[in-house]
Parts: sequence; C-alpha cells; structure tokens
Amino acid sequence: MKPNSEQDLAQLITDANGPLRIQGGGTRRYGHAEGDVLDMSAMSGITLYEPGALTIVAKAGTPLSEINAALAAENQRLAFEPMDHRSLLGTNGEPTIGGVVAANVSGPRRISVGACRDFLLGVRFVDGAGNIIKNGGRVMKNVTGYDLVKLLAGSYGTLGVLTEVSFKVLPDVASQTTLVLDGLDDAQAVHAMSAALSSPYEVTGAAHDPATGKTRFRIEGFVDSVTYRAKELAHVLAPFGTPSEEETDWAAIRDVSAFADQPGNVWRISVKPSDAPALVARMGAKAVQYDWGGGLIWALTGDGDLRAKLGDFKGHATLIRGDVDTPTFQPEPAPLAAISAGLRKKFDPRNILNRGLMA
Amino acid sequence: MEMPAPNASVLSRKDQIVSRLRAVLPDNAVISDEAETRAYECDALTAYRCPPLCAVLPSNTQEVAAVLKICHEMGVPVVPRGSGTSLAGGALPTADSVILGVAKMSAVIETNYPDRYIKVQTGRTNLSVTGAVETDGFFYAPDPSSQLACAIAGNIAMNSGGAHCLKYGVTTNNLLGVTMVMMDGTIVEIGGAHLDAGGLDLLGVICGSEGQLGVVTEATLRILPKPEGARPVLMGYDSNEVAGQVVTDIIKAGVLPVAIEFMDRPCIEATEAFAKAGYPMCEALLIVEVEGSDAEIDAQLALIMEIAAKHNPVELREAKSADEAARIWLGRKSAFGAMGQINDYMCLDGTIPVSQLPYVLRRIGEMSAEYGLGVGNVFHAGDGNMHPLILFDANKPGDLELCEAFGADILKLCVEVGGCLTGEHGVGIEKRDLMTVQYDPADLEAQMAIKDVFDPAWLLNSAKVFPLASSEARRAA
Repeated sequence: MKPNSEQDLAQLITDANGPLRIQGGGTRRYGHAEGDVLDMSAMSGITLYEPGALTIVAKAGTPLSEINAALAAENQRLAFEPMDHRSLLGTNGEPTIGGVVAANVSGPRRISVGACRDFLLGVRFVDGAGNIIKNGGRVMKNVTGYDLVKLLAGSYGTLGVLTEVSFKVLPDVASQTTLVLDGLDDAQAVHAMSAALSSPYEVTGAAHDPATGKTRFRIEGFVDSVTYRAKELAHVLAPFGTPSEEETDWAAIRDVSAFADQPGNVWRISVKPSDAPALVARMGAKAVQYDWGGGLIWALTGDGDLRAKLGDFKGHATLIRGDVDTPTFQPEPAPLAAISAGLRKKFDPRNILNRGLMA
Repeated sequence: MEMPAPNASVLSRKDQIVSRLRAVLPDNAVISDEAETRAYECDALTAYRCPPLCAVLPSNTQEVAAVLKICHEMGVPVVPRGSGTSLAGGALPTADSVILGVAKMSAVIETNYPDRYIKVQTGRTNLSVTGAVETDGFFYAPDPSSQLACAIAGNIAMNSGGAHCLKYGVTTNNLLGVTMVMMDGTIVEIGGAHLDAGGLDLLGVICGSEGQLGVVTEATLRILPKPEGARPVLMGYDSNEVAGQVVTDIIKAGVLPVAIEFMDRPCIEATEAFAKAGYPMCEALLIVEVEGSDAEIDAQLALIMEIAAKHNPVELREAKSADEAARIWLGRKSAFGAMGQINDYMCLDGTIPVSQLPYVLRRIGEMSAEYGLGVGNVFHAGDGNMHPLILFDANKPGDLELCEAFGADILKLCVEVGGCLTGEHGVGIEKRDLMTVQYDPADLEAQMAIKDVFDPAWLLNSAKVFPLASSEARRAA
C-alpha cells in the first residue's frame, strides 16, 4: 500500500481490514509492529521553505537528504541533528522526515538547542479512523488549542499517520571545534560535562566514551567567537585536566557508530546526568557511550531486559536493537499507562496503526 | 462573550459543597463569603466578570487532590487559577465553579546545578524562579511581560513565551516534568529531571492545555547559565516594509539575536509622550539584542548594523553602555502602559509568518480607518508574534463590541496569511469562538478527544478554548 495523497491515505485507512505497519524509508525499524506495510514514500516533497522566516514545510515521505540539501543551500540546518539509524540497525533505504518526527529523533545538540519535538511547528496526519487532522502550523509561536504537535512527535505512528510536518530551522555555523579531555573516569567525566554545560560558552555537544577515555566538548559559531569560547572553556575545564583541540566526527557519536558492528542489544537510556555513572555501574554492559552531558546513555548488552538490572530509576530505557521478547519501550506507571491507552483508543479505535509497537 | 448558564443543582448545594471543602482544608483556605469571592471574579481580561461559587487556596499537592476529589464526586466545575494575569480570560470563573488558586504554593522544592534544573511549586512567580538561581549564575528563560506577577502554573497552562524566545523557546521547551492532579484526585508524575518522554509525550500536551486536563502543582524547569552579557541596537525606518525586510535579512545572515522587537508609529508616539526614551519619530522601529562576551557582541552588532545601514535607516543607535541599553529598552517595556495612558485598549496576540509582516501591517492600518479605532503595533518580530493594541473607550456604549469585532478581523487575517490566533496568551474565552476560523471540526474533535481522556466529565475549566457549540454535548453529558 502506497498512498499518493492525504485523501488516498484517509480512504485506505478507513477501508483497512487489519493492522498497518507504517513505513517511511524503513531505516528505523525497532520494536515490533504487526500488519501490512503502509509505504509513505510517495507522499514526498518540500511544500514551503522560507529561509527569512526560518521555516520549512515538507510532506512526511520527503527524504531527509533532500531537506538537508535545501537547507544547506541557504546556510541553514535542522539544529536538533537527527541521528541516522542505518549503520546501527543494519538497515538500508532513505530516512524520511516523517520517520524523524514519528520517533522524535535528535542528536548530540539536543542538550543545548532542544529535541526534534522542540523544533516541530505543525503536523498534518490521518488518525486510525481515517480523519484528516491538522495541528500547529508554520509559525514559531502558536498556543492556539492543544499541542498535538508534541503529542504526535515520538508517538511512532500509533496515534496517526503523519502526512506533512513543518519545522523551525536555524542558521548553519561558520566554524566549530572540539575540546578533548583524556583519562577521566565516568563520574569525573559527567562532572566535567556539567561544568562545561553550566558555563556561558554554549557547548553544543558533550559526550564521553569510557572505551577511549575521551570526553569531548563541541563549540560552534562565528570563527572569532569559537576561538574565544574554546579558550574560556579550557579554563572552566582546568580542574579536570588540560584539554586539547581535536577534530571529532560528531556524526559518528550521533549515530553510535562504535556499536554498529558489534553484536548485542543496544539500549538508549535517558536519565539526569548525575545519576548516569551509578546506573552504568549496575548495567554490566559490554560497552557504553555517554551523550547529552551524561543524560543519554547508549549501552551495548547481552540478551534480556536491562531494566531488571536498572531497577527503579528516574528516566526511561528504550531497546533500539535487540531480541524480540523484550519490550521496546519503558513500561509506564499505571495512571500514565491508562492515559496513554485512553489516547490511543480515541485516535485509533480499531488499534490498527503500528499495533503492538508501543503497547 | 457568552458563558454557559450555571448549573442550578450546583448553586443550590453551595453550603454542602463549601462545608465538605472546609473539612479537608485549613480554615483560611476556603473563601465563600460573597464580598470576598469578588476578588476572584476576573483575571486581566477585566471586561468579563463573574464571582465564583467559592475559592480555595490549598497549600500542597495533597490538598489539591482532596479538593478535586470532592468536586469530582459532587459534579462541581473547577477553574484553576495561577496569579490571575491571563489576558484571554483563562481564569474567568462561572457562577457554579470553584476557583482553585495555587497562590499559597510558592516554595522552591529543589535546585540542582550539576543537572541544571529547579523544581518549584507552581504558584511561584516566573521572575522569582530566576530570582532563586541568579546569584549562582543561572536563569529561567521564558520571560512573559507579566513575569513579575504571573505564576508558573499559568505559564504552563498557557505555554507562555516572552521577548527572548527566538533563541530560548517558550515554556514547553523549558519544562522537564510536572506533578499533576487529575480531576478525580489522582496524582500523577510526568517527566522529571531527564529529557524527553519514554512513551507518548504527555508533558507536551499538558503544557498549553489551559488548565483543562489537570492541575499542575509542581514543576521541574530547565535553568540555563546566564550569558556573559547582552546589548541592544535600535534602528528606525520610514516604512514597515523596509523594517520587515531588515528583520528577514538579519535572520538570513546567520545571526540569531535573542530578541527582535518591532514598534510602529502610533506606538512610538505614545511611548515617547509617556516614557521619553528618545526614540526617533518614524514609521517603524526595531530593537535587536544579541548576547555573548563584549567582543562577540561587538562582532554580531557590527554585522547587524551593516545590514541595517544598507536599508537607509532614519536612525541607527548602538548601546555603548548599560545606561544606553536601558534607554533603548525603556520605551518598549513601557509601551503597554503608555498606550493605556491615552486610552482603554485591547491587546491581541496573533502570529504571522515573518514574510507577511508588511502586508498585515498595511491591512491593519486600512481596517483601523474602516472601524474608526486607533491601533498601535508592538511585537516580537523575530518570530512573527504580533501584539496589536486596539484603542477604544470603555465608557462609550458599543465601543467594546466594535473593538472586539475589529480584533476578530485582525486575528482572521493572521490565520488567512498562514499564522494563528494566539502566539503566547492562549485562547481562553477571548478567542474561543474564533477557533473555527483556524481549525476544521475534525481538528477540534481531536483536541476535545484528549480532554475526554483526562477529564471525562468535562468539569475542568470547560467553558474555555472550544466554541460552546462544539463542546456543548460533552459539557451537558
């Protein structure tokens, strides 16, 4: 099934007899959804781009590469730096903007500028009953009615099939540099990253790799400003060592490339940074990576549900790659699970959209 | 603005309701005397007033839960209230409602600098959140104009913005977690000190839901390190079109100012008469502020001034000192007060795509002539959030209605050019009946379905946001 228009899609959903598995480029295949593939790649194309208003609108099936190219031509970018899952998951295909939104995909810069959901200005979607619905719009400030934009971001298609999305974009930067500290243990590294992120020098990436012992701090902006802030940041970091400037592949950090060719389950855990080292100590993981100043842990583990080892912790763990018997998403406390189930029932009364993926 | 008729059964049970509330709250926390409930008859949209059945002022989450449980059991409508500064009537009571005020709940529960958050009770004012962390070099970014008085509870309900959100975002982008009491008294924790939701983004839909889904009693807010410094530049132009072009050119040049503010001639004249900030008399005035170290500010302002100079400014003035910076901001910050000196006014809040700025300003000017009512424009130009101030005479019969009709036409224009009815004030009752201009029935149905899940009996602030005709079946059920 490959709808060409919103109307097509609405008809197709109305007529569906069984569950539908929604697919953009098919590159973020984690979790287990039932049903026939609903291929959204035909609903593609940038519908509006106003660089002077920092706004872009595109159909959900638009390849991310097409959007990035259009933005690059005007020296702009999607600031939340969406991760590319292909190497980690061993998938092919072309990531789409709808997939980015459905999974609320962000990268290292999330810690300083916000997530995909923070840049998303508007959505159009078709719900599980075939209703065409819009929310938000194309302007940066909009509090008109409830914010279904945020609700749809990260709903993995379970509330509706996205057809069009609009984003706030930001100027691209003239230069960047990365300061690197060597040899810190996990707790020291989180302290150092907290110090950097508490400084006014606008660190847009703070990641730590225990395997190499390197803690990295990214600074971006106009050339002179980057030079100045790198110098000042080095003073802030002095208690932890003398940082060196080192060319760093932030796309590899974003995509967790270090785990790509290693067997095992891959977990993504969001916590408050200061809790991270103790949690990691409990995991018994084969390898971990810290991003977001310690607030995001990537863990490579054996089979089984890592959550049993984490116990009762404040945050959530998602199984991005791994065995089929383990739930993909963190189970919610009962009252929240009831609300989520209530919302799903309203938006998808027949439970046909990505059935089984989230609950 | 029509409000639903009060429920006679609730009115007749007032004594019973009040006595049950008194049983779970301290003596001074239930206000039922008719002279005293008048204090809660309106918010900052003062044209509409109605004293509530009673008002309660709980001190903590458990007391809020006890109140809501009783109201739920007895079928009593509840209107949550922060500081009562809503310009949209978000806290306007109905005669059969209990006002649930969070004013007594203003404590800081936790500050955590390594993880960069603060947890507060939601009756705390916006400015005093920053006040709690600024000596340690941090601040809370959303800065609505009412920040001295407005409560975090109301900020969350309306997803409030401010002058600096071009860079820092609005409330929803700075809210990490909440403790919320559902209408049936259930206490839920959503989010926390970590980032992003594990399941559905419930936090995202609660923020901006205008007190219709639950009562938020505690909030975990992201705090940010204070920038080294900030400095504005002021520029004047002899047409709105040119000023609009300057805004676009600055944004396209790759600079991201923290604020770009715009004032038109009627507003400049009023503020000059009032505040004497030394603004040039011209058609359009821009204030652009950037942040960083001195050298960084110099570099950014040099780039901005170069762009500004290309468009033949009437005046181009860079603040060289803190005093000069304060003078540049003086007029802008006193704009609302200045307009209030010359007239009663109604403040609108539509957002438009920045590219439509010159067209929309021209149309507003034409409509102003047609309606015979003056209008001044002062707004956040970087993000297209307009604040037209329509001048009218509250003592002149028919003038308020004329002003409302003019306001509605402006908001329809905002939607027509690709924008929205409200950028940061919220719908409340003020824009409730215009929702059908922006949204189709299916769009509104989807939003109301969310309220069905959180508040199935439609008891929480139910006469707001959705046109009464759209929500009637649900409210009556």
